[in-house]
This record gives sequence, structure tokens and C-alpha cells, in this order.
Amino acid sequence: MDGAVNAAAWAFDALLVLTLLWLAWRVLMGPDLFKSIVFFIAFGLVMALAWVRLRAPDVALAEAAIGAGLTGALFLAALSRLAAGERIANAKRPVENSDTGKSTRPHRGVRMVFIAMSALFFGGLAAALLSLPAEAPGLTIQVAENLSTSGVSNPVTAVLLNFRGYDTLLEMGVLFLAVVAAWSLTPAPKEPVSPPGIVLASFVRVLSPMLLLAAGYLLWAGTHAPGGAFQAGSVLAAAAVLLLLSGKDMKANWPEWPLRVVLGLGLGVFIAIGLVMMLIGHRFLEYPLDYAGDLILLIEVAATLSIGVTLAALFLGGRPQRDERK
Amino acid sequence: MNAAMLYALTGAGLFALGLYALAVQAHLLRKIIAFNVMGSGAFLVLGALAHRAPDQVADPVPHAMVITGIVVAVSATAFALVLMLRVQSETGQPHLPEQPSD
Repeated sequence: MDGAVNAAAWAFDALLVLTLLWLAWRVLMGPDLFKSIVFFIAFGLVMALAWVRLRAPDVALAEAAIGAGLTGALFLAALSRLAAGERIANAKRPVENSDTGKSTRPHRGVRMVFIAMSALFFGGLAAALLSLPAEAPGLTIQVAENLSTSGVSNPVTAVLLNFRGYDTLLEMGVLFLAVVAAWSLTPAPKEPVSPPGIVLASFVRVLSPMLLLAAGYLLWAGTHAPGGAFQAGSVLAAAAVLLLLSGKDMKANWPEWPLRVVLGLGLGVFIAIGLVMMLIGHRFLEYPLDYAGDLILLIEVAATLSIGVTLAALFLGGRPQRDERK
Repeated sequence: MNAAMLYALTGAGLFALGLYALAVQAHLLRKIIAFNVMGSGAFLVLGALAHRAPDQVADPVPHAMVITGIVVAVSATAFALVLMLRVQSETGQPHLPEQPSD
């Protein structure tokens, strides 16, 4: 019986990794960019399955929401903006070749060199991986021993917000910088807002409160079960992206300064709590045992809001423009 | 050879595939997608190595690093896409300018 279960698990794993590699090939080498992006979204979902197989439900949630969902939405938005830009360019210069397929690939000889290079890379990585011991506890024991001092009972959340809080702080910094950089480069492209169809409109009306609820649940559950600020924030962002797609106007509903405050909130609260801890005699980002759980939840609430709004702001593709009707 | 190693090798394979596409594809959007596939490969290697822990419990530290990595990857991707659109609006094409041929 055990053997049969084992064989089934092996077959499933083998099928899963073959699917992943095939999807990746279609993503990377397919002739049509739109199809490539659709395959990329499928690739992200299969990756999420692989994370479940690797007993990483927290990562699976993040991968499904961000890796497949939001990144896919970003690619699709960029593709339609490229097409719009191409139409403008073609109107100016009618004979421009806009082919994106095989003609832009390098010669066969050059491709052979790159194939050899990639194969060499794979060989080196595989050799390094195969030389590792088959079983290694890593830091599992240290995390389990110190979990009771972290204020939460989900080990991944404990690592993210307590043991390696610096990583997460800097990550919030990266998110913030990405918005600052994107908004500095360009104003959000004015897109023709087509009125949403009845399906999208009613769908969004039902789905957005559910997404808010799901985000709240993920945030709360993150302290003791798979979930947390990043998963919750990306669900929040998904709700915002849906609202934007259905024609809701971000700048009409979000006046300028509250938007900017929320963008910086996660980073600000994180740093502020770190500094307050220093003032009362702890180290930066070291939480006293009695308050650790509450402080982590406070940081996570601020981070969730910031992540949601930041990812939605990145989806806009530039800074929201001032309303010209004023 | 166990399940962890299978996924680790798949991760290395994804990384190599992405690297090849990054090198041969001229379209900037395809390069950005290729970079994301390479990232997924790197994450998969980390996750697979975390899975080597005995007693059915995976190491949470690489998991936390991968979640951080996924969020950083999406921020960098969004910024890269804005840069790509800027290249297109400056040069009219979503490619890097060709080197002058000899």
C-alpha cells in the first residue's frame, strides 16, 4: 500500500516537473507574445502546485497571487501599452518592421554558443546540487527552538517578521523604491477607458468584498497558519487591479496625499517600531517577548496596506496624472 | 535521487532555459519574462533544498527568503516594464538599439 502511494507521488512529481519545463519552453520560445504571457500565468499556477508538493504552503500562496496573478497582469498591461505605442510609431514611420518573432533572433552559430553556455550553466548547477547531502535539517531546529520567543506560531512568519526582520524591512524598501522609480520615469499612460461589460461589472461587485475578506483572513491567519502580510497584500492588490480594470478611477477615489501616505506606511511603521525598541533599550527590530505578537501584527497590518496599494500603483505603470478638468 | 533533488534539478533547468532565452530573444518584454523564469528556477532550487530536512518538516528560512524574493521580483519586473515602455517611446521599438554592424 505504502509502495503504491509512493509510486503515485513519484509519478505526480515527474509529471509536474515535466509540465513546468514544457510550459517554461512555451513561455520563452513561443512565437506569439500574448500566448507566451498566458503560458506564463499557467506556469505560475503549476509552480504554486510544486510549492505545495515541497510543503511550502506560504510560498504557494505568494506564488499563485503574485508570481502568476499580478506579474501576469503586469505583462498583459505592458503588452497592450506596447501595442498602443507601436500604433503611434507606425503612424509616424509606416515601414517599420514590428515583427517580434523569429526574425529578431540571432544566427544559428550564435544560438549554438548560447545553447552551449546554458548547458554548461545547467551542468555546473546540477553538479553542485548533486554534491549536497541528501538530508540536511538547515535551520529547522533553531527556528523550532526559538519559535516560542517570536510572538507567532507560524515559523515562516516568525522568520519573516522577527528572526530575519531586516530582510523584510529592506524588502518593503525595495517595494517603495520601485514605485518611486516607476512614478519618476513616466506619468501613467492615458488609456481609453472602455465601459466594463455586464459580466465584469457584476463580477467585480461580488468579488471585491470577497477579496477584502480573504485578505483580512490571510493577514490574521498568518500568525499561526499559512498566510501573512505578503499574501494578504497581494490579494488586496488583486482587488484594486480588478477595480482599475473595470474602469474605477484610482485618482478620483484616492486623492494624492493619502495615497502617498499609504505607500510609505509599511516602511514607516516598520522603521518607527524598530527605533522605538532602540529607545526603550532593545536592539533595532528586537521585540520584547510580551508584545512581540502585537507588534508583529501591527507591522503586518501596515505592510499589507502598503503592499496592496504599492502593487496596484505599479500596475498603473506611472504616476497618476492630475485631473485636467480642475 | 529523491523528490527534493528532482525539484532542485528542475529549478536548475528552468534557470538554464531562462538564461538561453534572455540571451537570444531581442524583444525586451521577452527578456523580462525570461528573467522571471530564471528567478522561478532559483526559487525552486531554494525550496527544494529546504525540503531536505528530515521528519516531514521543511526548513522555514528558505521559504521566508523565497517569499521576500517573489515580492522583490514583482517590484523589479514592474520597474523593468516601465523602463521598456520608455525605451519604446524614445526609439519607437521595444528592442535595445542594434550595435553598428561591421
